[in-house]
Amino acid sequence: MNFDVSLVVESIPRMLEGIGLTLQLLILSSAIGLVLAIITLLMRISGKWFLVAPAAIYIYFFRGTPILVQIFIIYYGLPQLEFIREGALWPVLREPFWCCVIALSLNGGAYVSEILRGGVLGVEKGVLEAASALGISRSQRFVYITSPIAIRLSIPAYSNDMISMVKSTALASTVTLLDMTGVARTIVAQTFAPYEIFIAAASIYLVMAWMIQKGFGLLERRMSRYVKAT
Amino acid sequence: MSEAKSEPIIVLEDVCKRFGDFQALTEVNLTVSRGERIVVCGPSGSGKSTMIRCINRLEEHDSGRIIVAGKELTGEVKDIDAVRREVGMVFQSFNLFPHLKVIDNLTLALRLVRKMPKTEARKVAVKYLERVYIPDQADKYPSQLSGGQQQRVAIARALCMNPEVMLFDEPTSALDPEMISEVLDVMRELAEEGMTMICVTHEMGFARSVADLMVFMDRGEIVETAPPGEFFENPRSDRTRLFLGQILSH
Repeated sequence: MNFDVSLVVESIPRMLEGIGLTLQLLILSSAIGLVLAIITLLMRISGKWFLVAPAAIYIYFFRGTPILVQIFIIYYGLPQLEFIREGALWPVLREPFWCCVIALSLNGGAYVSEILRGGVLGVEKGVLEAASALGISRSQRFVYITSPIAIRLSIPAYSNDMISMVKSTALASTVTLLDMTGVARTIVAQTFAPYEIFIAAASIYLVMAWMIQKGFGLLERRMSRYVKAT
Repeated sequence: MSEAKSEPIIVLEDVCKRFGDFQALTEVNLTVSRGERIVVCGPSGSGKSTMIRCINRLEEHDSGRIIVAGKELTGEVKDIDAVRREVGMVFQSFNLFPHLKVIDNLTLALRLVRKMPKTEARKVAVKYLERVYIPDQADKYPSQLSGGQQQRVAIARALCMNPEVMLFDEPTSALDPEMISEVLDVMRELAEEGMTMICVTHEMGFARSVADLMVFMDRGEIVETAPPGEFFENPRSDRTRLFLGQILSH
């Protein structure tokens, strides 16, 4: 078969029309996901079973099922329920865009809360004891000692999760959305050249992943300035 | 504080503590007067650390009474924080806040607990850094300091809160030999200034020159308490004699 390089180059500007939607999905979902993650984390480390249990079930469900299935459940499944169709959230839930944001946020929240929990568990016990011994209260310890240390410990895994999130946004194309992958599929339907078009799409995703990786690399270096260089 | 100098600042009455099946402390009784310097020694696992960790409630005792600066330690969070403000603690592994510069390690509790404004807190911090002879390290991170310097920062951090009592939990055990004396010197000066101290240590030279009272613990019990002269020259208990023989033989 012939590989048409010019087709790759020509299709990239068209595909970039979808990048806006991809970025919207990414930014909204990761922001909402982060908020969910922090709430879930606080529930998990609260030590109270009625907060720990729901958080653990939530994490188990969203880590244990494919995002695609979650999107389908929210997009195709929820409208089957009458109280959803008549509820106040229907204007949101009938939009495929918001269904994707919900699925991606819930998914991200589950993963990121576990990442943050790893960071919290990584804080040395002795450092917290020293803070207690100085009379620093439990909530102050969390804000001034645990959080900054845990955040630094979490960055490498969090950056990994952001890159996953970029790729997960492609699933939006399965529910009619024209994100980058959605646009790519449309072009393929017109040109019958899947090879070139999807390679073009892949290269745009690679650039995005590279930028995220670099960005978090810089952040990590900045936040680790107090760690002894070995 | 209005109490007379001889008034006890710490009282332990029949204090017991278990970790699971392990009896860490068995009916420990100890009274510490203001200005008194107590050195606690004993084999590892004998309950020395557990005892001093109970005094500022890093461990919870199971039974008996602990009274610090007139306040009994119960489950009340308010009382615990009040007691912790009077009691400074220095740990074997320094436990500095790794993400904060030295100066911020010292000012954090002043600002959060004492609600001191930033500039004032900095002044206090610099004063105590000078006292432990490292004012020039204020803007470094703990990881950039030697072990001896880190431990002196930890001492300064505790002193900033102006505690009535200082607890030292094997402060030199994690240090390279050449750094031990710089930490002991600071502690000796503190003792000379009249600070009430309880110090768990195996530095017997330090103990002999500084302690008013030696406490020997073994298997969770206080086996012997005596002034250092008597303790080293003429220990009453066989267990004390055995222990001293082991650590002083080389």
